[in-house]
Amino acid sequence: MDYKVRVKVNHVNFFYGRVQSLFDIKCDIYDKMVTSIIGPSGCGKSTLLRLINRMNDLIPHTRIEGQILLDGKDIYNPKVDVVEVRQKVGMVFQKPNPFPKSIFDNVAYGLVVNGLTNRSYLSGKVEKSLKDAALWNEVKDRLGKSALTLSGGQQQRLCIARTLAIEPEVILMDEPASALDPTATLKIEELIQKLKEKYTIVIVTHNMQQAARISDYTAFFMLGKLIEYDLTAKIFRNPSKTITEDYVTGRFG
Amino acid sequence: MFKPKSRSIEKIYHWVFSLLAFTSLAFLVGIMLILFKEGLPIFKHVKLFSFVFGQAWYQTFDPPEYGILPLALASIMVTVGALFVCVPLGVGSALFLNELASYRVRSVLKPLIEILAGIPSIVYGFFGMVIVAPLLQETLNLPVGQTAFTGSLILGIMATPTVCSIAEDALGFVPKSFREASFAVGANRWQTLTKVVIPAAGSGISTAVILGMSRAVGETMTVLMVTGGAAVMPNSFSSFFAPVRPMTSTIAAEMGETVFGSAHYSALFAIGLILFFFTLLFNIAAELISRRFRVKLGIGR
Repeated sequence: MDYKVRVKVNHVNFFYGRVQSLFDIKCDIYDKMVTSIIGPSGCGKSTLLRLINRMNDLIPHTRIEGQILLDGKDIYNPKVDVVEVRQKVGMVFQKPNPFPKSIFDNVAYGLVVNGLTNRSYLSGKVEKSLKDAALWNEVKDRLGKSALTLSGGQQQRLCIARTLAIEPEVILMDEPASALDPTATLKIEELIQKLKEKYTIVIVTHNMQQAARISDYTAFFMLGKLIEYDLTAKIFRNPSKTITEDYVTGRFG
Repeated sequence: MFKPKSRSIEKIYHWVFSLLAFTSLAFLVGIMLILFKEGLPIFKHVKLFSFVFGQAWYQTFDPPEYGILPLALASIMVTVGALFVCVPLGVGSALFLNELASYRVRSVLKPLIEILAGIPSIVYGFFGMVIVAPLLQETLNLPVGQTAFTGSLILGIMATPTVCSIAEDALGFVPKSFREASFAVGANRWQTLTKVVIPAAGSGISTAVILGMSRAVGETMTVLMVTGGAAVMPNSFSSFFAPVRPMTSTIAAEMGETVFGSAHYSALFAIGLILFFFTLLFNIAAELISRRFRVKLGIGR
């Protein structure tokens, strides 16, 4: 493998209270690739995703063992500033969650909270992010309108634009299309293909066709364990383990 | 499957609950009618303008004067003063409960604050009269301890649980996804609170404040006991530290000694009518704002 490793998950165990939900996970996530995480509900795929930008810090009584390295540095090192981690690792959530603010303010939010308030800089950045998120043409005439006037699919692309605005290195997506209709889903998938030229993308999905369509690598999780991790083509055509084959062919799940 | 009997029981339920619901409506209508019927005759004695803007309330003079401006101003002073107490206290504790307190602290503190709402107003009045008024008189060197300021203080404390409880609910209604989205782009806790959570809960918090005001303006027993009861026209800032007589305590103090059906009697009812409009206005405002709030956050109705 001569790809550059962007995120290295190193023997990670994770606990909600006394319940262990991830068991000794290790995998390398490659730069400028789309890596999808699949598996039945409750297998820990979202938990792992949320560990990569320390989103689980917000849930009380949780504990992590092991390391997650971003560009070789452990993001769980006590000396690391969590705000910095989240600027480098952006996240798009399952349900579109724009703020009840204008379209412009939504995209500019991440910049404003990081102290960048120059108006002309912000407008340029908002325009670029909306273009990169393939939303600019639909909203350029109504940037001042509330983000909640957009359709679900547009809202999700707005959330992607909000993430792009802070120029992260890695973008985490937690079932980003599961609340959207097929057309909107297609748009998001096309967008992901385009974004991987610049970003490393990790996506959790329930939809195996989606994983097969858009990702380069696929990780199959079950009951908190990483069962198999390989090139997507290999996972779907010729998996090494019977249980992976049973899942991807729809025998259970 | 359904037996005829169960269907008739359902009918009975339907009628009983409809009847109960309409009974409370009937009370509302009845009270309004009585207020109008007993209050309106005062305008045979005084014009509406000189009733509302008259500067003297001398009901025992001959001829008596029924100008409620000093009483209305007293009510407004005390209510606004109470806001200065209950908004910081109530909204502050709501923010603490919702954002900072651990689950355990919150589960103890919130019911405790709500108990404050359950203390009878006479107890607050008693507390104000015996403890707070003398204390203020001494520390601020006032001739009398029972003042508009004293009333504001006590009313503010009384309205705090209302404000806190409703504001806390409003903060709780802000979807977790807003906070997550904010943290995910690198905002810290303070930025998330001031730029996302408070604006999103803003109209809910305003509703809390208005309902707290509505509680303060209608309160009677406490203000009767702690504001001193002098129906003088407040004319400067120092009137805030002098005795006043809000509308509610005027009715409470004078209704017992008035002649049934007299001009004084209907003047008191007319005050009641005006108070009713005050609180009605507050409640309508609160309802409109909270409806906007629910639409904004996309939570039903």
